[in-house]
Amino acid sequence: MFKQKNYLALGAVVIVAVVLLSLPTRTTARLKLAVGSWFLPLSGLAGAAQQLPADLADAAMTRHELLRQIDSLRRENQQLKSQAVQSLASARENDQLRSLFNRAKQLPWRLKMAYVIGRDPANWWRTVRIDRGGQDGLTNNLPVLSAEGFLIGRVSLVNNHDSQVVLIGDPNCRVSATVENAARDMGVVLASGPLDTSLVQLTYLSSSANLKPGQGVVTSGLGGVFPKGIPIGQIVDSRSVEFGLYTDARVKLNANLGSLEQVWVLFP
Amino acid sequence: MNPFQTILILSAAFLAVFGETVLSAPRSLLGAQIDLLPAIMVFAALNASLPTIAALAILGGLWLDTFSANPLGISILPLMFVGFPIYLRRDLILRDLPFAQFVLGATASALVPALTLLMLLSGSTKPLLGWGTLWQWLVMTAGGAVATPFIFALMDWCNGSLGYKLRTEVSFRPDREIRHRKILKY
Repeated sequence: MFKQKNYLALGAVVIVAVVLLSLPTRTTARLKLAVGSWFLPLSGLAGAAQQLPADLADAAMTRHELLRQIDSLRRENQQLKSQAVQSLASARENDQLRSLFNRAKQLPWRLKMAYVIGRDPANWWRTVRIDRGGQDGLTNNLPVLSAEGFLIGRVSLVNNHDSQVVLIGDPNCRVSATVENAARDMGVVLASGPLDTSLVQLTYLSSSANLKPGQGVVTSGLGGVFPKGIPIGQIVDSRSVEFGLYTDARVKLNANLGSLEQVWVLFP
Repeated sequence: MNPFQTILILSAAFLAVFGETVLSAPRSLLGAQIDLLPAIMVFAALNASLPTIAALAILGGLWLDTFSANPLGISILPLMFVGFPIYLRRDLILRDLPFAQFVLGATASALVPALTLLMLLSGSTKPLLGWGTLWQWLVMTAGGAVATPFIFALMDWCNGSLGYKLRTEVSFRPDREIRHRKILKY
């Protein structure tokens, strides 16, 4: 039963696996990049196939409907323009006040839109792939927001044409967060469980934290990865942990991680 | 060895891995993504040569880990550890029975993620685990079990339609033919 060729084949596979697992992180990333490039033609095909229903729907749209949409978009554009003027005035005023108190100017965020092109095939990680990579100026640890502007994660691996984004709720994505209450309680957002992608755990909150369901949770700006003030979610409930040493809270994420299609990558 | 079968098996693994990254319907419906590589490994272990099984374990694992946050190479050994014993005992397995395929698919689909998680936990990486993982494991096992007979049918159909049969010796030998000669009458 155990012939020599069987041993050889098994040994060869074991050696390949051990060599791959012992490679340094940078080499592994390059290998992943090389192997991932084999799938580029399929990715293009899948993208075209995903776009096809939308294109067909556009082609089937009547002229009347198009004119109605143009009119609606014009109105929305005018509203947004007036809001932008107001925002500019507020930003200018903010800068003036900051300079009065000798505080550094707040730099505006630069956003780049990306499409989600794939999800992690393993059930024990929570990552997605986006169609922007090093060619578009992406680097590791850039924050990623949902289309509505809620935090969803950070860039964890950058290839030439695509990148991997580790989502909130993955063990590799920890976010320092602040609760929007009077005390501005601070904690760390961690994973909650593998099934429910809409809930995460906000832990290491002060034992005296006054938490109520519905209170907002935003990034604290600590840690240097995520800028301050990006909305994350809302408090669902809280409980005292380790005989009152600290408080844990469950947070319902604002972004729906299960149906991500378009995301924003945030540049500092 | 039939090279077409090797190409077919590796192509199926390639498409299966890509499909798992692109199709999110099982995840949104059942809460877990179904892995088809163990089912393809069962087919390979029962029908293909050992180099093909080794190539499937290495390339399939490599492709899966490329799209995943897994450390590169972690999925290779579980696939091989499932395929190799089946290959050794394949003469004793009724490979054409759908029930046998179902049972083997369930076993392989249960073992591969369990072994991968064990390897991950023995390293420095900490995957996302909880009580929900048990449900995901059950879904992966059941999904792989149901998919295995379909993969067998699909691969057999592809092999029959697109592949070629190896030339085999027939029992007929022209030199041993008894010729009935007609007696010519003048």
